[in-house]
Amino acid sequence: MTIKNSSTASGVGRVLIAVYAVMALGATARSVFQIATKFDEAPLAYVLSAVAGLVYIVATIALVRSGPNWYRVALVAIVFELVGVVTIGTLSVADAVLFPADTVWSSFGAGYLFVPLVLPVLGLAWLYRVRNSQENR
Amino acid sequence: MVEWFVWVQVVIALVAGVSAVIVGLAGIKPNDYTLGATLLVEALLVVQLVMAAIAPALGNVATGSALEFWIYLVSAILIPPAAVMWGLIERNRWSTVVLGVACLAIAVMVYRMSQIWFVQLA
Repeated sequence: MTIKNSSTASGVGRVLIAVYAVMALGATARSVFQIATKFDEAPLAYVLSAVAGLVYIVATIALVRSGPNWYRVALVAIVFELVGVVTIGTLSVADAVLFPADTVWSSFGAGYLFVPLVLPVLGLAWLYRVRNSQENR
Repeated sequence: MVEWFVWVQVVIALVAGVSAVIVGLAGIKPNDYTLGATLLVEALLVVQLVMAAIAPALGNVATGSALEFWIYLVSAILIPPAAVMWGLIERNRWSTVVLGVACLAIAVMVYRMSQIWFVQLA
């Protein structure tokens, strides 16, 4: 496997990647279903749902790969996620019509056991730790 | 879906998941027990697949979207083999935790599948 030499993919980072992979699969599969069957009900929410799925895929790949460029991609993807879950979470509470309860980021990811809210925080903490350990080397 | 079988699946996946996370964090590499438990979770998913395919013919029909149910089931079936392959390639403690994460994800997905099957109002 290519993940051997990637610093973001070492140690506990592997568990993070596994969770990201599961979220990528779950969020993407679900948004494909929603867009295919009930897109008209809440177009904006379902498009954002698909975007969320794609961001999880990007984050998974970026964490697996090594090098400063992939590190930056991972950072951008994870920050995007954090902003997404907080923004959409707030909007879904404020405007239930625009954002029905069944998207990944609605109600701060309650439908996914709040994993979407916790994951970017853990992801950023992990990226921070990886960067520090490389500077100290 | 048959309700008691759902609970068997959820409980076994939870126990397999939590114990793999614990022994993984304790430093144990993937072994016959943790890999075997994950394969058991996978085997139960395959049984569920067969049962869900037959059930509608016997009058046991999903109350929610059958398509959504099947997307969940097919996605779920892909996860444990991926985790087991990971555990066979990367022989360290984190692979054991990954096995646990996979089993816990299955527990949640099976529970969600049961909601689609039994209590969907739409």
